[in-house]
Amino acid sequence: MERNLMKGNEALAEAAIRAGCKCFFGYPITPQTEISAYLAKKMAKAGGVFLQAESEIAAINMVLGASSTGVRVMTSSSSPGISLKAEGISYIAGSDLPCVIINVQRGGPGLGGIQPSQADYWQATRAMGHGDFQILVFAPCSVQEMVDMVTKAFDLADKYRMPAMILADGLLGQMMEPVSFPEISPVPVEKPWAADGHKGERKHNIINSLYLQADQLESKVRERFERYDIIKQNEAEAELYLTDDADIIVTAYGATARVAKSAVNMAREQGIKAGLLRPKTLWPFPSKHFIEAAKTASNFLCVEMSMGQMIDDVKLSISCSKPVSFFGRTGGVIPKPAEILEEIKKLSK
Amino acid sequence: MAAVFQRPKSLVDISTHYCPGCTHGIIHRILCEVIDEMGIEGDTIGVCPVGCSVMAYDYFSCDMIEAPHGRAPAVATGAKRANPDKFVFTYQGDGDLAAIGTAETVHSATRGENIVVIFVNNGTYGMTGGQMAPTTLPGQITQTTPFGRDPKVQGYPVRVCEMLSTLDGVALAQRVSVDTVPHIREAKKAIRKAFENQKDKKGFSIVEVLSTCPTNWGLSPAAAIERLQNECIPYYPLGVFKDKEAGNND
Repeated sequence: MERNLMKGNEALAEAAIRAGCKCFFGYPITPQTEISAYLAKKMAKAGGVFLQAESEIAAINMVLGASSTGVRVMTSSSSPGISLKAEGISYIAGSDLPCVIINVQRGGPGLGGIQPSQADYWQATRAMGHGDFQILVFAPCSVQEMVDMVTKAFDLADKYRMPAMILADGLLGQMMEPVSFPEISPVPVEKPWAADGHKGERKHNIINSLYLQADQLESKVRERFERYDIIKQNEAEAELYLTDDADIIVTAYGATARVAKSAVNMAREQGIKAGLLRPKTLWPFPSKHFIEAAKTASNFLCVEMSMGQMIDDVKLSISCSKPVSFFGRTGGVIPKPAEILEEIKKLSK
Repeated sequence: MAAVFQRPKSLVDISTHYCPGCTHGIIHRILCEVIDEMGIEGDTIGVCPVGCSVMAYDYFSCDMIEAPHGRAPAVATGAKRANPDKFVFTYQGDGDLAAIGTAETVHSATRGENIVVIFVNNGTYGMTGGQMAPTTLPGQITQTTPFGRDPKVQGYPVRVCEMLSTLDGVALAQRVSVDTVPHIREAKKAIRKAFENQKDKKGFSIVEVLSTCPTNWGLSPAAAIERLQNECIPYYPLGVFKDKEAGNND
């Protein structure tokens, strides 16, 4: 298979086209702008639509409109822009519409900074807008995974009729790595619910999130959560690295997991039985892998580019049956392997 | 016996939730007559706003999308860009279009999005019980201007058609009213022209329809029509503010 040296953001954009994305609506923000720039060049040639919106809010609502008609559609932003999209994402989830949203995270809160960060974990997995709902959240840790996961995100968004997010960070977006694009020919998904003009052949379709009757709204929400249960059973994914005999389980996602892996290797060289458990999906969270690891490991160490957000899910997964300690850098500071190794050593004493 | 008057086919035969005497019913009807006459119901996608017409998706028999508050033109942009061969319209009130959705309105207009915007202006937030709208007249009493709208405090009303007529992407900006039969006929002609513009890919067409809200104006339906004629039309003059085809931009 052909290998190309590409920036994470550009590889992701190319993968979206190959996955059959027909429309992209976005607004400029660092550090994700290469996605827009790439698609501005390539989308029309691929027979799709690229449109720069007047705001993040307009962009996500253009996504809502295009998705309502049944096409594959994507938007991309970075942390402050994702906050602006929250309203639209809630409506999209409440209308059972599929779409793909990219968040190339930067430091926050507020305008924060433009360096890599993982401080939007809670937002992505807990509070992506008002109301009871979840979105699928994928956490790539390489340029290749930026490609693979965007394809998967489109497929699962369509399958479950819900938004899917790629929760990347500035490091993954900006770095270059060799990448290959698997041969895929997206099979058109039947969308009998789409509002694309009924041609007089069916009753009119309505895309809507409004249910003024309380019992109707409750049953819609409950139906959605039954779907979420199926997703939790089937779609959670993690990478296990040297965890079989590990006494200390280091857990991290995204770019941080790359650094954590180096630290695990350094620990092994020093005879410390460390392993890495890397969630590839953040919602659904791969809890069963943590439950399994907790049977033999004595300690967990959660490493994040935040003040500690994923650690909540780690503790919940293992019902606090083993100690979980935390090491985090924030504001755009990337943890160093030696810093993580120090934390591992503290636990091995 | 030949039927000379009947419900338009694209207007669903159910009761609406609109208050008695409200002019939404007339506007729904003439919009649906246009859709029927052009034979485009099966190729049309409508976008509802948040406001009194939030549930219009139940009343129009074409495919419908319910948009977040103010975002209808962005939703319509997405639907139209993905389906350039379909007719896409929004149906919005004044709070939706000229307050919370101002950016979406202005930018879809200046992009020349090939859509139709039906803008129902009754100068109040009807659905939430009659608060001040961007189009509330100076001196008008509402729930949030209990002593009357004071331009020194709350600023001035927005004249949407006049504002949008300055933008190159706008094909048609016309203000109409539904207070009399001749005006209703004029309104229908304007809506027809807006849809014809979309068919001919001319760009953004907005038809502003001056409307009443007897409930929140605290008037009988007949008195509300009188107020529309005596107070609203003088402030919001009827007419064509932009017509690319006619080169009219007055």
